[in-house]
Amino acid sequence: MAEDAIISFKNVSFSYLQEEDGSAPVEKLALDDVSFDIQRGSFVAIVGSNGSGKSTLAKHMNALLLPTSGSVIVEGIDTITASDEAPWELRKKIGMVFQNPDNQLVSSIVEDDVAFGPENIGMPPEEIRKRVDESLKMVDMYEHRRKGPHLLSGGQKQRVAIAGVIAMDPDCVVFDEPTAMLDPRGRREIMAIIRKLHDQGDTVILITHFMEEAAEADRIIVMDQGKIAADAAPAEIFSKEDLGVLNVPFAVKLSAALRKAGFDIPAGTVTEEKLAEFLCR
Amino acid sequence: MAVRDITLGQYFPGDSCIHRLDPRVKIVCALVYLVSLFVVRSFWVFGLCILFLAAVIILSGVPFRFISKGLKPVIFLIIITMLINVLFIRTGDPVLTIGKFYITNEGIYRALFMGLRLVLLIFGSSMLTLTTKPIELTDGMEKLLSPLSKIGLPAHELAMMMTIALRFIPTLLDETDKIMKAQTARGADFENGNLKEKAKALIPLLVPLFVSAFRIAGDLAMAMEARCYHGGKGRTRLHQMKLGRVDAVAAIVMVVYLGCVIASRYININIF
Repeated sequence: MAEDAIISFKNVSFSYLQEEDGSAPVEKLALDDVSFDIQRGSFVAIVGSNGSGKSTLAKHMNALLLPTSGSVIVEGIDTITASDEAPWELRKKIGMVFQNPDNQLVSSIVEDDVAFGPENIGMPPEEIRKRVDESLKMVDMYEHRRKGPHLLSGGQKQRVAIAGVIAMDPDCVVFDEPTAMLDPRGRREIMAIIRKLHDQGDTVILITHFMEEAAEADRIIVMDQGKIAADAAPAEIFSKEDLGVLNVPFAVKLSAALRKAGFDIPAGTVTEEKLAEFLCR
Repeated sequence: MAVRDITLGQYFPGDSCIHRLDPRVKIVCALVYLVSLFVVRSFWVFGLCILFLAAVIILSGVPFRFISKGLKPVIFLIIITMLINVLFIRTGDPVLTIGKFYITNEGIYRALFMGLRLVLLIFGSSMLTLTTKPIELTDGMEKLLSPLSKIGLPAHELAMMMTIALRFIPTLLDETDKIMKAQTARGADFENGNLKEKAKALIPLLVPLFVSAFRIAGDLAMAMEARCYHGGKGRTRLHQMKLGRVDAVAAIVMVVYLGCVIASRYININIF
């Protein structure tokens, strides 16, 4: 385990019983001997097709799921011991944002919902007030604080969900496909917040289907059938054609084409932003 | 279905002193008022009850048509209650006789008395829900019931359940709308046919709705756990309920009112 690893997976396997119609339950292996470390303050994207185990992986990080074998060490604590005593101590440090914005908001008033997490960990009321206001301002939802979630757009709801997580002041936020149900605009807003969180020094783990989003990370872990298929910087991942990595982002394709045409595009140009910056120079 | 427009509960937004009352005080006051209606024995005391309610309504600034809306679903119940009283009370002097059948003055008196009591009950409880946000109601209820958690009443859990139910009413309405459209696109017919056919047509709506309600519940439970929820123990609240001067005034007014109503039982003013 590296010195400054915030989360560390050691030979983690996870299996569950799946019942199919009529037949005896079959044991399914969702994670198969997975090991990796996540550095404090890094931005890691986890990609992979449906059923590749990436969501299962994420749920191991805050003891929502416990490994069948192997161990997950978060902030130096094994999640198995943590879940016996006080899993909320661990979940305070590792926040999690889920896919469906509707199904993770608890209260019918935005600010009450953001306060839900801090209330659960027993923060004093004045402190909660401060954290709630700060978090809502950070996600730019402060003026909507008195509204009901059902009056907000999907992107706005997801921003409220993020505010609810950062109000607990976690060290690391795990995003489990946060943009899958949003329109392009909502997606851009969420990505901007994720970038902001990372710039603040929080560790960010982003599970996503969108390669454009993954390209913004420092590191991409590709999951395939419960195993890690690749684990490298975005530029390297996108250059490996044999991985069959889903969809290479447009910026990567364009850079490759430009390189072929004789332009000297530096390696590591994987986002449209960086490419545009380079081309405009 | 204009799902987006629905209001939660029947809260009428406002900033009157009635709106600003502490929810706990308001719930207790409403209960006292409802109980007081059963203490009343004669019509002239009902005058006091009406006066009191009228004062509350005027102070709250809620238009009367909003309050009378609450009467609609129970109007039948009230009419039937009154009819039964008129038709079956046999004491008193007959005022109307048709053949063997007769109506007594006591019957009419009782019917009016019950009818008035029911209407006041509805209005009184409507004033609570009209001037208190649903979320404040659940918070107030949690606080009021919390002493009972020592004898095993799950006060926090009940309040949490109500909060979540309120939160998910629009979500489930949205879901219903979606499923209805999907089934209509597949040829389901919700509009035509007799009662039996209509009831049958609801099955393809209700089954997916239940499935998705359970899925939502599962998702929500996981999200709540991820946000450190572990029951009411060690939980703090963002909104602290503080009793203010308005609450003290309300409590005093309520005590005086209740005193008057109770005293009226022992003072004999015989108008009727």
